[in-house]
Amino acid sequence: MDLSFTEEQKAFRAEVRRFLDEKLPKRLSDKGRLGQRLTKQDYEEWHAILNEKGWLAGNWPKEHGGAGWNAVERHIFEEETTAAHAPRIVPFGLAMLGPVLQKFGSKEQQDYWLPRILNGDDWWCQGYSEPGAGSDLASVKTTAERDGDHYVVNGQKTWTTLGQYANMIFCLVRTSKEGKPQEGISFLLVDMNDPGVTVRPIVLLDGEPEVNEVFFDNVRVPVENLVGEENKGWTYAKYLLTHERTNIAGVGFANAGLANLKRIARLEQSGGRPLIEDPLFAAKIAEVEISLMAMATTNLRVVSAAAAGQAPGAESSMLKVKGTVIRQEINALTKQAVGPWAMPFVSEALEAGSNEGPVGPSYAMSATPHYLNNRKLSIYGGSNEVQKTIIAKAILEL
Amino acid sequence: MNFQLTEERQMLQDGLRRYLGEAVTPQALEAAQTTGMSPDIWAGLSEMGVAGALFTEDQGGFGGAGFDLMVVFEELGRAGAVEPMLELLLAGRLVAELGDETQQEIVAQAVEGAVQLAFAHGEPASRFDLERVETRAERSGDGWTLTGRKSVVVNGAQADHIVVSARTSGDVADRDGISLFLLPKGTAGIEIRDYPLSQGGHAAEIVLDGVTLPAGALLGAEGQAFEAIETAQARATAAICADALGAMETARALTGDYLKTRKQFGQPIGKFQALQHRAADMLIEIEQARSAVINLCGHLEADRDTREIHVSATKHLVGKVARLVAEEAIQMHGGIGMTEEYDLGRFARRLSMLDQRFGDATFHLGRFVRLRAA
Ligand SMILES: Cc1cc2nc3c(=O)[nH]c(=O)nc-3n(C[C@H](O)[C@H](O)[C@H](O)COP(=O)(O)OP(=O)(O)OC[C@H]3O[C@@H](n4cnc5c(N)ncnc54)[C@H](O)[C@@H]3O)c2cc1C
Ligand SMILES: Cc1cc2nc3c(=O)[nH]c(=O)nc-3n(C[C@H](O)[C@H](O)[C@H](O)COP(=O)(O)OP(=O)(O)OC[C@H]3O[C@@H](n4cnc5c(N)ncnc54)[C@H](O)[C@@H]3O)c2cc1C
Repeated sequence: MDLSFTEEQKAFRAEVRRFLDEKLPKRLSDKGRLGQRLTKQDYEEWHAILNEKGWLAGNWPKEHGGAGWNAVERHIFEEETTAAHAPRIVPFGLAMLGPVLQKFGSKEQQDYWLPRILNGDDWWCQGYSEPGAGSDLASVKTTAERDGDHYVVNGQKTWTTLGQYANMIFCLVRTSKEGKPQEGISFLLVDMNDPGVTVRPIVLLDGEPEVNEVFFDNVRVPVENLVGEENKGWTYAKYLLTHERTNIAGVGFANAGLANLKRIARLEQSGGRPLIEDPLFAAKIAEVEISLMAMATTNLRVVSAAAAGQAPGAESSMLKVKGTVIRQEINALTKQAVGPWAMPFVSEALEAGSNEGPVGPSYAMSATPHYLNNRKLSIYGGSNEVQKTIIAKAILEL
Repeated sequence: MNFQLTEERQMLQDGLRRYLGEAVTPQALEAAQTTGMSPDIWAGLSEMGVAGALFTEDQGGFGGAGFDLMVVFEELGRAGAVEPMLELLLAGRLVAELGDETQQEIVAQAVEGAVQLAFAHGEPASRFDLERVETRAERSGDGWTLTGRKSVVVNGAQADHIVVSARTSGDVADRDGISLFLLPKGTAGIEIRDYPLSQGGHAAEIVLDGVTLPAGALLGAEGQAFEAIETAQARATAAICADALGAMETARALTGDYLKTRKQFGQPIGKFQALQHRAADMLIEIEQARSAVINLCGHLEADRDTREIHVSATKHLVGKVARLVAEEAIQMHGGIGMTEEYDLGRFARRLSMLDQRFGDATFHLGRFVRLRAA
């Protein structure tokens, strides 16, 4: 047992830090620190900076233009970038579709799509969920019928994150009604500029149109956009989900959130003293910090095993549950820490450079929107109930 | 012992539930976003005499007791109405209890629901400390000059009259030396920034930059307002907890319906025991909250220490339950529970803001310990 990082890992951390010092635009880290909105261009700008360094796709092998990092290196990168308030890397092309194409895509698909992901030519979104297919993902109803060299797609996807920015969507579509529902699903790449695709925004509790409904009305998709084999999409979808679940613990986000919470609790006054000196509130911060310290190590245990070549299995379900609950608690305590300042909701103030400033201290304005928005953490990527059922079945064999 | 509502209160509850159930439409809520309230609903409530239920007979009303407040505010919460009835209670009762003959005219209008009121007490640095008042009032000639800033004053920009607290003597955190003043809308020297709140309704930052007031603006005895403020806050706490209770009932009802109708894996999700138990926990906790609200409403007229123990006990417990209910209701809905479009959203936000007013669950836990130890 040795809890320290190796010399190479420490050197890597120092290199990441230096890079962030030099290359992360202050404009972007300021937005992150203040919880202001990031635009499509902000994400693209950061992606381009990382891509230039060869660090955009940490999880991709070098042969595909990735950094080829192992799980520990990816973890270090994640920790440093979140601590520096860098924009997150938009996961849909890089963390989700990329690995699927690398494993199941044809040579032509890899050659065409992977460089476009790295160069930011395409903005991908994830078309899994439907109104009737949430936790029960295998019940997707959107159909793709073969018609010559095309599939004709009809149906609806929903909860499509940042679909308003996307020009491409990877979809689970039904190509067969025979057999088990899982056996008739295919994995299809759809151009959202094609006739028949309509996107409608959905506003979430924090007032932001973060997700969308995507409608398909006789959309003609060339057959070469089928990934792998027809009716084998479920296998690819599940492969993608395991990638979606790496880094699911969100240790970096939790650490950054905890540091922010403590900073606020030192600035806010209660009973004539800093809030952080209130023993009851301090105890709440301590409890979540203690959970986080242990969870970070659970995460490293899984990460080390993964770096040694063991694919994370049901362990990632544990990390998902614990990680999301901890982050949500930090969000709730942050909302609590800002007291009455959590009530004003001035949407314009979340825009950098807006004339409409925050009502209270600038650290307070994003507390409620973040608290509300992060209720999603325990719902998406497989809800926490679904994760617990996986744990019960796969680990406890119930 | 009798836990039944009196016939009058039962009628008020039935009438309010029926009226608000119809009046609080998406259109009315939409309209209220820019103005902080719907004038139609305010008028409707006034017509029903709802404001009168907040005042005692001596004050010209027909209620004013804890259980009157419970009936009114539980229904406002159940419907998710954003009209500033709580501000009418807070400020109106202060004027009724402390006001001189001229000032009482406002009470007569308040009982009719013919005026809008606000209570400007909180400040940028006061958080939940009731006695922390840095705004100062100095004598100038016959009258007064007020200087300071009041924060998150609910209904501040809309109110026809604002009750403002200011220090006339003592240190920033002394209980002695706090006075109240009654300011009509448009008083010169007041600067108001109006903004919307997460839970619906509007609030304002109010900057008092050497505002000069006549002698007649003083409300009650100079420097002696703390007791009245604490009493007003106790009533407001009962009201806001009853409001949360109503909102929880709606959240629970929406969740219950959803569990029965939403199907996944070929069956209603309510058939999954994991969700059944959580819905059952939600119900158990809401009943705890109801009893806590009853405890406080039944002790509003008790001696100060007894009353305040119940204030902190109830605000602590209801604060915790409100968080649980909001979060669990969202979770059991899945994605749809995260949306603005679906009705649960505004109730979840309302519940999540309960802790931000009049002290959160942790604050009141600490206060409860201190009050019990005293
Ligand atoms: C902000 C946000 C962003 C998202 N982004 C995307 C995206 O980009 N692309 C995409 O495809 N999807 C996305 N999703 C969808 C997400 O994956 C689904 O919301 C999730 O799978 C849950 O499905 P549902 O919302 O239909 O809830 P449901 O499946 O209807 O679940 C409702 C409740 O029932 C519970 N439940 C369901 N089945 C069981 C069971 N068997 N046992 C016990 N409890 C059960 C759930 O845990 C939940 O609490 C997003 C969702 C959100 C909220
Ligand atoms: C101190 C004590 C005093 C008692 N006194 C009496 C008495 O005076 N008279 C009498 O008749 N009995 C008495 N009992 C027995 C008591 O009623 C049983 O223990 C009880 O009904 C549970 O049965 P069990 O112990 O067989 O556990 P089981 O029924 O085998 O339950 C084991 C576990 O599974 C859970 N479980 C079972 N079914 C479900 C389900 N459908 N869904 C979810 N979870 C489930 C239980 O909650 C429990 O956690 C007593 C028990 C104790 C411990």
